[in-house]
Amino acid sequence: MNVAVLLKQTPDTESVIRIASDGKSVVTDDLKWIVNPYDEFAVEAALRLKEKHGGSVTIISWGPQRVVESIRTAMAMGADTGVLIDDPALEGSDSLGVAMALAAAVKELNADIVLCGSRAVDYDMAQRGPMVAELLDWPHLALAVSIASDGQNVTIERSVEGGKVVLESSLPAVVTFGGSHAVWSPRYASLPGIMKAKKKPLATKKLADLGVDAAVAGTARVRMTSLEMPVPRSAGKVIDGGLDTAGKAVELVRALHEEAKVI
Amino acid sequence: MGKCVCIIAEFRHGAFRRVSYEVASEGKRLADAMGVGLCAVAVGSGVADKAAELGRYGVDKVYVVDDPALENYLAESYVPAMADVVAKCDPSAVILPASVDGKDFSARLAARLKAGLAQDCIQVVCENGRIKAKRPIFAGKCFGWCEWAEGALPVISCRPNVMDCFAPAEDKKAEVEKVEVSIAPARSSVKSMDFDTSGKVELTEAEIIISGGRGMKGPENYALLEDMARVLGAAVGASRAAVDSGWRPHSDQVGQTGKVVNPNLYIAVGISGAIQHLAGMGSSKFIVAVNKDAEAPIFSKADYGVVEDLFNFVPAFTEEIKKLKSSCS
Repeated sequence: MNVAVLLKQTPDTESVIRIASDGKSVVTDDLKWIVNPYDEFAVEAALRLKEKHGGSVTIISWGPQRVVESIRTAMAMGADTGVLIDDPALEGSDSLGVAMALAAAVKELNADIVLCGSRAVDYDMAQRGPMVAELLDWPHLALAVSIASDGQNVTIERSVEGGKVVLESSLPAVVTFGGSHAVWSPRYASLPGIMKAKKKPLATKKLADLGVDAAVAGTARVRMTSLEMPVPRSAGKVIDGGLDTAGKAVELVRALHEEAKVI
Repeated sequence: MGKCVCIIAEFRHGAFRRVSYEVASEGKRLADAMGVGLCAVAVGSGVADKAAELGRYGVDKVYVVDDPALENYLAESYVPAMADVVAKCDPSAVILPASVDGKDFSARLAARLKAGLAQDCIQVVCENGRIKAKRPIFAGKCFGWCEWAEGALPVISCRPNVMDCFAPAEDKKAEVEKVEVSIAPARSSVKSMDFDTSGKVELTEAEIIISGGRGMKGPENYALLEDMARVLGAAVGASRAAVDSGWRPHSDQVGQTGKVVNPNLYIAVGISGAIQHLAGMGSSKFIVAVNKDAEAPIFSKADYGVVEDLFNFVPAFTEEIKKLKSSCS
């Protein structure tokens, strides 16, 4: 089974985010970059599919050359090959533009299944997987917390508000991943894995190489024109006043009921 | 540009979900600001009989695709139907719910319509005829304002529990028009569904959330929080540390990897307040922290802090809430 994983590099979730001087982007100088956690779950699922069915795992990513490090991380986990779409035209684009580039890269691969995170922890667009599926005219199954395949079909379990749904699709299909680290336990790269990753094939491509019209993919339909920080929350009141445990409980209930009016 | 603002209503188990009314209300405010009408698209099985009630929230006309083949949500079948009807409405903007299914069909629909999508918006405005929408990024560490290029259709999904819902005008009914759409055989299918009927409150829709972290020390101690939740009608959440330890299911995880929540009241119990957790709950309207470590970062975000051993404090607090509830009833 040939699996393609769409992988985004994002800032670490413990990062402090600051707005850049242009007012519409964030300061990236001092950020630590990681594989988007939901995409890391997709890499783990891809490797499990490969272990069961054979075939290969290809990582498709986009962005500047720093993204190579994240593709190598996925290769150190066990992915076989990589494609980085590094084209300045995508910088000013939107999710649909990126999806056009990713869909074109998938078409070149002859993939049986495409896996990716349900969202990225930076801009939380939550668009990539379903958009790529639509552009390829493939079905998609979103927010998997488990995945199984017999080689012809793929089955996932999906969490929705107040319940769980089991979905199935014939292949080819796109599957997006939800869940958490506890659900997927993505494997760590082994030392031999890290050594091998350095030699695995990684191609850098431009939109033109993929037959994508940069004027269409690179033109944003929607863009972020300004950023703002949340209103800072100041530390509130510590319930103390020399009270004992029971006294603090009484005081907190009173404050929530009478002052905050939330209970 | 188009003739109306168009909302997409979410229909499940024979009824519109509450978020549909929030979206209708927000759509109505936008339509009024733009001086156009409000129409709705509703897809499902049995939806035609219920569609007129969207009029209570300001919808003038509902286009329904009602087909037994659309009993359960499936992106592959729903999106082409939605896209056909949206095209028929010729809208200036499409507003839809950023619920679990809503975020899914929004993305596929936007790609089909070659439109620009802003997910999970918390504010939509119209300035000089131009639409702008505000959305959290980095799980709420920052906010971004989205604007659309000339000629691009704005598709805006709204975060549940945020947009003000009108008090329903009980006597108002929307006009309902059935639309016939050819539904292609789907390659994907719903194999089974399992919904919790115990009345447990969903985290993203809860008005009060009580979350426990590493300080809970083990899964058995969450009974303390569940007792409190029962009294308050609250949902129980967890930090990543608690979920990674296997104490709580992943669906309870609050944070940047997990659910972003915005209840009226968030009570953090035994949670130190890692940056990624604070991002997931920082927009809660009111925050209470209970932790025995007075230096825990969570206190910097809390409206009320209690420095106490949770195992002593929580039972006492639950008892006091019970007293309050019985005196109110």
